[in-house]
Amino acid sequence: MNRIDQKFEMMKSKGEKAFIPYVCGGDPSLSETEEIIYMLEDAGCHIIEVGIPFSDPLADGPVIQAASSRAIENGFKLDKFFETVKNIRKKSDVALVAMVYYSTIFGYGKEKFIKNCENAGFDGIIVPDLPYEEYDEISSLIESTSIYCIPLIAITSGERMPMLVKNAKGFIYCVSSLGVTGERKTFDKRIFSFINKIKEQTDTPVCVGFGISKKEDVEMFEKDADGVIIGSAIVRKIFESNGNLENVKTFIKEINQ
Amino acid sequence: MSLNKDFGEYGGQFVPETLMNTLKTLEKEYEEYCSSDEFKNDYMKYMKYYVGRPSVLYYAERLTEMCGGAKIYLKREDLNHTGAHKINNAIGQALLAKHMGKTKVIAETGAGQHGVATATAAALFDMECEVYMGVEDIERQKLNVFRMELLGAKVIPVASGTGTLKDATNEAIRTWAARAEDTFYIIGSVVGPHPYPTMVRDFQRIIGDETKKQVMEIEGRLPDKIFACVGGGSNSMGIFYPFIEDKNVELIGVEAAGLGVETGEHASAFAEGRTGILHGMKTCILQDDDGLIKTAYSISAGLDYPGVGPEHAYFRDTGRVKYTSVTDDESIEAFKTLCRYEGIMPAIESSHALAEALKTVPKMKKDEIAIVNLSGRGDKDVHTVAKYLGKEF
Repeated sequence: MNRIDQKFEMMKSKGEKAFIPYVCGGDPSLSETEEIIYMLEDAGCHIIEVGIPFSDPLADGPVIQAASSRAIENGFKLDKFFETVKNIRKKSDVALVAMVYYSTIFGYGKEKFIKNCENAGFDGIIVPDLPYEEYDEISSLIESTSIYCIPLIAITSGERMPMLVKNAKGFIYCVSSLGVTGERKTFDKRIFSFINKIKEQTDTPVCVGFGISKKEDVEMFEKDADGVIIGSAIVRKIFESNGNLENVKTFIKEINQ
Repeated sequence: MSLNKDFGEYGGQFVPETLMNTLKTLEKEYEEYCSSDEFKNDYMKYMKYYVGRPSVLYYAERLTEMCGGAKIYLKREDLNHTGAHKINNAIGQALLAKHMGKTKVIAETGAGQHGVATATAAALFDMECEVYMGVEDIERQKLNVFRMELLGAKVIPVASGTGTLKDATNEAIRTWAARAEDTFYIIGSVVGPHPYPTMVRDFQRIIGDETKKQVMEIEGRLPDKIFACVGGGSNSMGIFYPFIEDKNVELIGVEAAGLGVETGEHASAFAEGRTGILHGMKTCILQDDDGLIKTAYSISAGLDYPGVGPEHAYFRDTGRVKYTSVTDDESIEAFKTLCRYEGIMPAIESSHALAEALKTVPKMKKDEIAIVNLSGRGDKDVHTVAKYLGKEF
């Protein structure tokens, strides 16, 4: 059974919602990414999204853009990254999802990339620049592995939504608002009814991401969704903590009480 | 939909889900409106009375004598309003934006030529305009920044990544994803997700359509070779496309070899790139083993782009267009030659096409015909040429 399914089943039996943090791989270094992942698991996270830094991250706002640039400047290489994930797998059973641009998958070689993801111990991938219409680029490769490709759905998806959720596995990534990742003061009011519309179409868990940064946001979305994804706020906290991961842990516990 | 989103294995729509419905709507509106007589009449009216088309096909007699080979004709896109071919596309897309009820347009720009063209069209059609420009390019192209501001546009500095055209394009796409409801994104080249490469090609093919008619009138036959420079590739696609079926016309696309392809400091996607994904399209791109996009280099800001339009990648594969590259040094030599022999100051971009022609034409027969697309004028480049020649003001 895919770890993502296991974790959701476990959380469901406990009446818990998923709190999915995003960290940028290799920011500031791969060894620190490893430590951060252990810390997040220790803080009670069951699923962790690990970003693969890309030079031209179209779907990301300034915080994750800057983190990606730092990781690349510090010499991020995919081969080393997969080695790190393999090491993590020896000690941890947390579900790991790679957030990766299709540019990276294609540039590295799609067969090799998907195979290495599976061998390293990833449970899923999220590909923000591979919409449904282009999914046949990797569909057969994904189906030959145990990995899930998590679909993204946006408010603007409109009548496309049923098509996008039809064969969804793991969870559905519901994009909270238009534009890129990053903290927001307010959210589009249509999002709540939209989450419920998705849930009418599928039994796959629905998690909301983009712009969630505070305890109030988490509480607000957990009413309707099965979980939340927090990226920029955590990436910023990690950057500001300057190696003191206890500060980050405290922050996670505060917003996920 | 009758439009194909792919050119062979290239093209496509590699964008976030948030943009997919926006692209579908754009494709539908483009197909319906831009094939209507209403649009065609409007577009041609602006081309004639505002841009000043048709641009002339000029026989460069002294240059021809100097080379001692084929007759050289120059397609004078530099004589267009705003000084380059970019205006053809900016007007086309702005008309479409207006028809779709959009009140704002955004654009990316490198050297500033497409930014100026978009700002011009926005002023003409009374639309708000924001132009995304890398901080490095803003520094290099201060005069064009001020031009855009005079035309009423707001220039938004982009500091992310390398602070150049590719990063400005990323930021424009990000902004569009957030504001597509009232905002139209005017892309400046035959790049980006479908339908942009097709749309921009169709708005630029007027260059080739005119050229064909003009050369038939003057010479009574089609040319033997056509040369055009390739960054993203809009002026080259514009002049090549109407000749694609004329198999006896050799089409030559000229990329920027910068300091030389062997130095790694260049912008020639076809020399060293491989298939990858950038700005929503699959095409030939300069990248490393992990798919990270490499920084391109050329003395010409308009050719300084790590990718190339997907249809060019297709024409490379089919062999219909031959692609080559010339260095900074060769392009500046050609720039100086045209100034001295014809009294025409070409853009450094166009000087690349000219440089390749000057190498080839002496080997051609006297009764053959070569056409160079002079895509823009060189006034904007005077300070760059001065710096290259070690002159200070």
